[in-house]
Amino acid sequence: MPRIFAYIVHKGGVADDSAAELAAAARRIDAAQSPTAVVTGWGADCDAVCESLRASFGEVWKIAIEALAYPNAELVRQALKNVLPAGCIVLVPHSHFGTDLSPGLSIKMNAAYVPDVVDIEGVTGAALRLVRQEFGGQVSAHVRCDISSGAVVTVRPGAFKPVASSAASGTVVDKSAAVSALTARRRYLETIAAETGDVDITKYPVLVSIGRGIGEPENVAIAQDLADALGAAVSCSRPVVDAKWMEKSRQVGSSGQTVKPKVYLACGISGSFQHLAGIKGNPFLVAINKNPNAPIFRVADVGITADILEFLPELTAKIRER
Amino acid sequence: MEILVCARRVPDTSENEIEMNSAGNDIERDDLVYSVNEPDNYAVEEALEIVERTGGIVTVVTVGGDDDEEILRREMAMGAKHGVLLSDDAFEGSDGRGIASILAAFVKKGHYDLILTGVQAEDGAAQVGGMLAALLDYPFASLVNAIEVQQGKLRISREIEGGNKEINEIDLPCVLSIQTGINEPRYVGMRGIRQVASVPIPTFDGPYLGVNGDKTGPAAAKVKRVDYFVPPMGKGAEMLVGSTAEIAEKLIGLLKAKGGLN
Repeated sequence: MPRIFAYIVHKGGVADDSAAELAAAARRIDAAQSPTAVVTGWGADCDAVCESLRASFGEVWKIAIEALAYPNAELVRQALKNVLPAGCIVLVPHSHFGTDLSPGLSIKMNAAYVPDVVDIEGVTGAALRLVRQEFGGQVSAHVRCDISSGAVVTVRPGAFKPVASSAASGTVVDKSAAVSALTARRRYLETIAAETGDVDITKYPVLVSIGRGIGEPENVAIAQDLADALGAAVSCSRPVVDAKWMEKSRQVGSSGQTVKPKVYLACGISGSFQHLAGIKGNPFLVAINKNPNAPIFRVADVGITADILEFLPELTAKIRER
Repeated sequence: MEILVCARRVPDTSENEIEMNSAGNDIERDDLVYSVNEPDNYAVEEALEIVERTGGIVTVVTVGGDDDEEILRREMAMGAKHGVLLSDDAFEGSDGRGIASILAAFVKKGHYDLILTGVQAEDGAAQVGGMLAALLDYPFASLVNAIEVQQGKLRISREIEGGNKEINEIDLPCVLSIQTGINEPRYVGMRGIRQVASVPIPTFDGPYLGVNGDKTGPAAAKVKRVDYFVPPMGKGAEMLVGSTAEIAEKLIGLLKAKGGLN
């Protein structure tokens, strides 16, 4: 069985939630093996992260280099190529960083690449058996991956529940010296914070959230009418912002706002994992969608198969009649 | 600037509900409507806007068969100067790495300053752009949502968590995956499609590109989809049924109970 490594994303000296999820995913590949954490960074933050991971990983490989103080995937990829042994399995969170780093890493390591994995069924011979989703989560797919020359696997955030580890008390191994000079053909300059909009959707206990099913920009008013009747705000999913029908500040999801309402009405939203990642606090989730197979119905508390353009005005009228 | 955009023809999920076939091992492919992968339109639009600002040529390339010519023509109707089809029986059944190898061989035949892909296709893999960059040994950036052309390099913005933007400088030539929403792709009417209907589409095969069978096709694929399936619903949503009025009444009752309505 190849050795398994988990790439640890961290910020401010604290490991991301994905660290424990990758440890859980690694055990689904090989329950007998204590996976190795790989941390790239610089200074006290990097040291603190390595120290914190000793409890859940058998070994922690530290790559502390000043040029890696900011996680520039172009540089991290070169460092990992220098340090990781050929034929290993590397787990990376399927995030904006993971998708930046990993396809190229698989090429540089001459390894197989399986992105956005939601489940792992095990290993048969040289075949790693995994589950992915396609068509925005409408269907799942069994995937077989030949791991005879290693594999890079990105793991969907939240898909693997962290397991209580038996206090690994791992050791930190400094691998920094194995990294040769890093060439920065892409240079990080700065991070610009998201713009705030006219309405702060994170402050509302009830959200009427619209997706592609709203169809036309003129129809946003239908959702606004319902929101007015409920004392709610209108939020949305990515396609509505892409089409410039609402401001980016109204978008719920991993690349938008994280909201914690009491009630969330998902109207014409299919329910991609990126959208669901922005809904926290386990709200009462109502899904209204004309596609009975929409993935949102898997996670909603209550579902209604209907065209929102017909249903929402009727609902608004009934609320106003009260 | 010479810009190459990699595009792909996919089942159009805004036109179809994806369902399982009767055998339960594949999606139902009869009556599927295909179109260009929507994120690729943003990549083509971005390429056209760059060329409008700084001069140059946009070429669109795809790996596939005769059916895939239609998306090349669609992107040519948007304004791409050339469409190129990379087609060979030996390419069928390639995994992401195989597709990236075919594209890399084509890139090496030309001299492109910038290569763009859409952020991802219907399989959600988001892999070919990053692989292509690694095969060419070009720098790469994913999820790009703004591009400013500078001397020998680009200033780009990447979409990161929470709607924040990560600003980078990247040397040319490079590969970028373009995030949806970066621009407003121009409308293509029937008239535009007709104007490019008879433009010849150059087609290149494996021997021309110098791509061996050890990189493409099912035998070279390290990653294979075994089947499609729909996982059991689990808890799932409680579906409200009845007339629209009845459903609305039920929902109002639930909203009151859950604090959504006073």
